[in-house]
Amino acid sequence: MTNDELIWRIAGGSGDGIDSTSQNFAKALMRSGLNVFTHRHYPSRIRGGHTYVEIRAKDDPVKSRGDNYNFLLALGDSFARNPQEEAYYGNEEVKPLTENLDELREGGVIVYDSGLLDASEIENFDERVEENNWHVYDLDLRGLAKEHGREIMRNTAGVGATAALLDMDLQYIEDLMTDAMSGDVLEANLQTLEEAYESVKEDYEHTHDLRAPTGTQEAEQVLVSGSHGIAYGSLDEGCRFISGYPMTPWTDVFTIMTQHLPEMGGISEQVEDEIAAASLAIGASHAGAKAMSGSSGGGFALMSEPLGLAEMTETPIVLVESMRAGGSTGMPTKPEQGDLEHVLYTSQGDSNRVVFAPGDAAECYEQTRKAFEIAYEYQIPAIVIYDQKLSGGHQTVPEDVFDEEPNPDIGSVVTEEDLEEAVQEAGRFKRFMYDDDGERGGVSPRSLPGQKGGNYLASGNEHNEVGHISEDPDNRVLQMNRRMAKLDSIRDELAENADHQAVYGPEDAEYGILSWGSTKGVVEEAVDVLNEQGHSVKAMNVSDMMPFAADEVTAFLESVDEALVVEMNATAQFRRHVQGQLGRFGEKLYSLLKYDGNPFEPREVVSGFESRISGDADLSQYNVRIESATGD
Amino acid sequence: MSAFNAIGEEREIDRDEFTPEIEPQATWCPGCGDFGVLKALKQAMPEVGRTPEETLLVTGIGCSGKLSSYFKSYGFHSIHGRSLPVARAAKMANPDLEVIAAGGDGDGYGIGGNHFMHTARENHDMTYIVFDNEIFGLTKGQTSPTSPKGHKSKTQPHGSAKQPIRPLSLALTSGASYVARTAAVNPNQAKEILTEAMEHDGFAHVDFLTQCPTWNKDAKQYVPYIDVQDSDDYDFDITDRGEASEMMQKAEDALYEGEVLTGRFYHDEDRPSYQEEKQATGDMPEEPLAERYFDEDYEWERSYDLLERHK
Repeated sequence: MTNDELIWRIAGGSGDGIDSTSQNFAKALMRSGLNVFTHRHYPSRIRGGHTYVEIRAKDDPVKSRGDNYNFLLALGDSFARNPQEEAYYGNEEVKPLTENLDELREGGVIVYDSGLLDASEIENFDERVEENNWHVYDLDLRGLAKEHGREIMRNTAGVGATAALLDMDLQYIEDLMTDAMSGDVLEANLQTLEEAYESVKEDYEHTHDLRAPTGTQEAEQVLVSGSHGIAYGSLDEGCRFISGYPMTPWTDVFTIMTQHLPEMGGISEQVEDEIAAASLAIGASHAGAKAMSGSSGGGFALMSEPLGLAEMTETPIVLVESMRAGGSTGMPTKPEQGDLEHVLYTSQGDSNRVVFAPGDAAECYEQTRKAFEIAYEYQIPAIVIYDQKLSGGHQTVPEDVFDEEPNPDIGSVVTEEDLEEAVQEAGRFKRFMYDDDGERGGVSPRSLPGQKGGNYLASGNEHNEVGHISEDPDNRVLQMNRRMAKLDSIRDELAENADHQAVYGPEDAEYGILSWGSTKGVVEEAVDVLNEQGHSVKAMNVSDMMPFAADEVTAFLESVDEALVVEMNATAQFRRHVQGQLGRFGEKLYSLLKYDGNPFEPREVVSGFESRISGDADLSQYNVRIESATGD
Repeated sequence: MSAFNAIGEEREIDRDEFTPEIEPQATWCPGCGDFGVLKALKQAMPEVGRTPEETLLVTGIGCSGKLSSYFKSYGFHSIHGRSLPVARAAKMANPDLEVIAAGGDGDGYGIGGNHFMHTARENHDMTYIVFDNEIFGLTKGQTSPTSPKGHKSKTQPHGSAKQPIRPLSLALTSGASYVARTAAVNPNQAKEILTEAMEHDGFAHVDFLTQCPTWNKDAKQYVPYIDVQDSDDYDFDITDRGEASEMMQKAEDALYEGEVLTGRFYHDEDRPSYQEEKQATGDMPEEPLAERYFDEDYEWERSYDLLERHK
């Protein structure tokens, strides 16, 4: 077994502190100079039920959860013993062990809490261990934790055991504990940690080869999720108003914003529903604040109506759509990329909005900033669409990604001095002035309530230049053309800085892989593997969904013989969008689709590609499907 | 220097300033009660002392929604039922604005009922005028949430089986700190009530009875009305929730029996507005958010300084 990567999985019951323990452990690995990527798997249930967090650590960049894993810490589910729950869910006591064995690599390490789990209850356990050359360490973590503090500290005991088995320096973990806790709790945790470490070092014979990789990253890194990227990007763009209604996984970004807004002089509002949430963002923006809202699929459906209102009244807002598996309420805690068409086309009338789909945490930051900039400059709603995987999964990002100046510019808003000179009609400001010569790119001057000389009516009905409702056919055409012209202007502006579309791999590659959103990193890792195996492949991850990055995608597709479009949904929404926007390439495109609630792993993309190109890969072991494009 | 100089301008204000110089004027039917709301609102503005440009009128959809077209101020003509969420956020972004929301009974008590309940409970400092004509007008005469039981329309040909909404009781229960009912046929009282509602520091709900001569032939029911404050028969303490509630129920029962009781029903001057509550918990800045974007000296905090917890 190579020691170039550790993929550590901690499994247990929801509510047992798996998440916080893994956060700390991931940070400890980062501090030792490694790159880290985390993946959360949890049920839609508050306590109990099988949950795990996977941490992949490598000296090289890590862009995905990787293929399978090599270290299991099975803690036991303290809520599984609840007899009332047993009636519903069956006896789940051994789940942290049984549920995870299928994906453990050959030669992998298992540490399990013999205080809660009884391996003898598991069918064929010993045979499987032998077959797969697994190295099993049974430790009474629960007993150890109880001895030094409280039962809940068996997480800490598990981490201590892990550190001993991987030859890790305990100092990183101890430092993190010291930062996070104090007093007796800290003392008890440190004792538990050290005791577990020592006893594993001394009392167990280490039969495995796996050791923690050596980290050499010198640049300061931070461990953040895509939701942090979005929240921090918003804050740096001067967003100081957020309104929302809780819904998984959108709640991630909503709570991060809420945590910081009051101390940063902003306002966060939890409201009665998503229609209100988006309407509040519109109201705040109309009155002169930089505002955002957001939701996940079902909640975003309710925002369809205010989204159209923002388009028609040309009120800048940023909405976040954090996708989970649909339809309807679908699978609340599982990722999917099934809301693309929903976000692109929802609401009545012709679509007039901007949609960005960032592919990793750094892109979440950068593209959210871009979304605000465009929204406020062009007076148009902008949507940032990402998914549950990117929302909650953490990854190491260079600190300097966030070392950017704030941008409190409110966009194309006039001042009172401008208003003194401005064209008025019938005592009102020409807020929706035609753009006769096209010089303003469809954008009209915007005043704010309270400004002298700027009064006008913002109406969701078709309206004339001062905002009065109008059904005049000529006015209708002029206003429609002006509003629609904004998308062309935005496309031109985005094209000037076209690095939103992440291109990866050799430029002259024969084949392409096209993806969007959070599948970016998985595809890039698959590209590396494929090229190592002698294929000639490159990838493009598309972020600019509306206006669509037509030129760049066209150039990419023209340069390859064939392209595999990888996405997490059943109906190939992105591939259809590409075909629809470009009106060609149907004969070159094949889809690799996955929609089982789990994100792609690199090997699935590799096999998908091989299955398409050479036809000899077996996809039957995976929940993926290859589909050819129809039409142009 | 403020970026919003129209706010707080002290000068003589003429009601005619609120009339937009644009043709054609109101598309309401002849005899429509909505004219009464528009007139009363224009009359109240000079009393309150707010200029058109420091006033934001947010309306819903339908005949009532057109109020923002015929009233010159900053206006926002939103969508059916959504005037309140738009208005309350505008008020939060710039609390110095005079914010008024308006809509009809279908708009406000039907599709927007949820927002009504929550805006009232939060007690935002704003005025909410509901044009209550017991009918859907612009969609041509369907039963509304305030239509009487048994009301026949194209959508309820056998007569509505539903009890009408009780707007005053609903506002009180939800937490509105000022609740009144007035009628288009009583311009003086309407002006006084709207003035008081705007001056009130909290959520002021005004159920404004408007006749619909086209679709609701029972419009005549609004005459004659009785002003509960002017009549010795209705003695109650408008600062007492219990007494106010009892009086509201009396008025709501009586309305469908032809006795129209209007006036002020509840007034709590002590309850802090939502803005005050939120500022007290540290969740809202003292200065208007909107001003900050024009303040060149304001130091914007950076996310970079939040990164400690991610290291």
